[in-house]
Amino acid sequence: MTVLDTKTLGQNIAATGRRLPLDAGHLLTGIALLLYPAVASPFFTFQIGAYTLILGTIALSLMLLAGYGGMVSLSQMTVAGIAGYMIAIFSTNTSGVMGLGWPWWVAVPMAILVGSLASTLIGLLAVRTAGIYMIMITLAIGTAFFYFARQNYALFNGFNGFHGVNPPTVFGINWRNPVAFYYLSLAVAAVFYGIVRYGQRSTFGLSLQAIRDNPRRMRAIGFDVAAHRVVAFFFAGIIAATAGVLLVWFNGQITSGTIDVNAMIDVLVVAVVGGLRKPVGPYLGALLFALLQNFAIDLIDPERFNTVIGGVFLLIIFFSPDGLLGLWERMKTTTLNKSLRPASRRSRGS
Amino acid sequence: MSSALKKHPVAIVVYVVLAALVVWLFLALWPHWLVALIGSKKIFVNTIFNGVTLAGLYFLVASGFTLVFGLMRNVNLAHGSLYLFGAYIGYDAADLTGSWLIGVAAGFLASALAGVLLQVFVFRRMEGDDLRQTLVTIGISIVGADLMLAVFSGNTYQFSIPPWIDGAIATPIVTAVKSDGSSVVMMYPLYRLVVLAAAVAIGIALWLLLNRTRIGMMIRAGVDDRAMLSASGVNVHMIFAIVFAIGAGLAGFAGVVGGTALSIAPGEDVRYLLASLVVVIVGGMGSIPGAAIGALLIGLAEQIGLAYFPTYGVVATFVIMVVVLAFRPQGIMGRPA
Repeated sequence: MTVLDTKTLGQNIAATGRRLPLDAGHLLTGIALLLYPAVASPFFTFQIGAYTLILGTIALSLMLLAGYGGMVSLSQMTVAGIAGYMIAIFSTNTSGVMGLGWPWWVAVPMAILVGSLASTLIGLLAVRTAGIYMIMITLAIGTAFFYFARQNYALFNGFNGFHGVNPPTVFGINWRNPVAFYYLSLAVAAVFYGIVRYGQRSTFGLSLQAIRDNPRRMRAIGFDVAAHRVVAFFFAGIIAATAGVLLVWFNGQITSGTIDVNAMIDVLVVAVVGGLRKPVGPYLGALLFALLQNFAIDLIDPERFNTVIGGVFLLIIFFSPDGLLGLWERMKTTTLNKSLRPASRRSRGS
Repeated sequence: MSSALKKHPVAIVVYVVLAALVVWLFLALWPHWLVALIGSKKIFVNTIFNGVTLAGLYFLVASGFTLVFGLMRNVNLAHGSLYLFGAYIGYDAADLTGSWLIGVAAGFLASALAGVLLQVFVFRRMEGDDLRQTLVTIGISIVGADLMLAVFSGNTYQFSIPPWIDGAIATPIVTAVKSDGSSVVMMYPLYRLVVLAAAVAIGIALWLLLNRTRIGMMIRAGVDDRAMLSASGVNVHMIFAIVFAIGAGLAGFAGVVGGTALSIAPGEDVRYLLASLVVVIVGGMGSIPGAAIGALLIGLAEQIGLAYFPTYGVVATFVIMVVVLAFRPQGIMGRPA
């Protein structure tokens, strides 16, 4: 058992050491994503492209917590929603409630700050317990916030929420324009993807993963387990909150429906379907989700979308717990093993 | 008794004073300054009664949830769906046969059967993988909610309360005295009191089952050490299936009973799932007395919030949860993990 562990660990180190931050795959994907608006219609650029990137970034924050930290939080949509409500409150909206009219360079950082602080608070509460308890607590917190936002008219404008929340016009570019908004989402997604990917090998990322694998041992050698987890919630909060601001700009509005239980669970579905092991997983899941959401209605009754997405989720959990990424890697290993089979047989013989 | 008095003299005096205060609040006519401070006595007493009866309903739902969790370490996030499923099936059965009691039985049995099927076909396949089991329940609740919406539509259903428990009865609580000297007695719906009585009866029955029977002994042993119970020759799968049937059945039972007191509509599954979650987080996971305490706290907080601070009612529930988590992360009656 231990021998096996050291072996896989060695392979992992070799694998991460071999990969440079910018390998061929990333370069090609990057170029394809940059050129995408040139070939895609505005609908595909905006409704599929930008939406995938935003949803994927929210799910990326869950991937950071669950994949590196072993903490499955259902309240990532709540954090995004809090930042979204804050941008509606701090900047301008057409609902006639709040709308403080702050300039974007104050409103956006403040919204992200409030969102990430909320995430830290959720973390402070949730990290006192571990494992499946955390799912319960984060779900309870998120649902409570949903009911609160729906009932409170003074601050959150209740059931109606805020409408007419648009991105500002900066550098003479109207960021509401599909192509401009796509590039904005792409930039945000790329930055966070890079940070999360790089963070895997940072000191903090490594200690977080070690805590995921064996919290008792980490505590014994002097690491503050709870503090590491709370800081992870803070970082995840920044990611989710930034994506939350983009999500409000994407929809032009935020209502309590944006953060309801279905939306909270959708983030988990996206992250799990894509795969929680690597930062690219959430984006794969988000792409599948966006495609299903937009085109499943052509195949089945649009009312039954949840059955389809829930069914896909169940299938993935049953057959490939590592998500689409796991499927892909299993295919890769099968083909790899086929080509290596004679060699491996030889090595076993010697 | 006298030794307890010697050990905690201050605490006991405080408890006696508090109890006397509560009795006085319910029985005495309120002086004007108190009415000016927190409103009429009628609203207050009604709120407390509503809170306690709602707590009874929450206890029915949450006790099944906590039982399943305690034994199987599985957070069944489809518990709300079982509530709604039982309610719909119970409604159809009651509608078809014209008997409310058959509806109650049908609700219990339908959810219990669904629970056993879940246990046998889903959870047994991924034993020991708690996280995966929990994720599966999320998927089931998504699909379940959507399919129920397809079959039963988005309409709101309302059971008709059978005549023998319908109507209001007089309580011995005097809310006001008329100018001619006759006193106004508070009336309260009989049905809600029946719900409370049913919850108390089921709570006692569960306690007896767990503490006084052989199968209860096995369940308690399973909560403490699953592997050891299995090693001593008990068919653990059988125990799991029984516990799941009881837990799910209670959710279905609560669905019919709660659907009669309030109503059945899509979205109720989430509401009762949230209630169960908060109740067992506050009360302690896996503990039946904990579920009773948690249900009482949450039921009262919700109704008091609704009556006195309408738009901030949810916050009261939330604050209770935060305070409990801050001081006792394992819940009031929970044991440290």
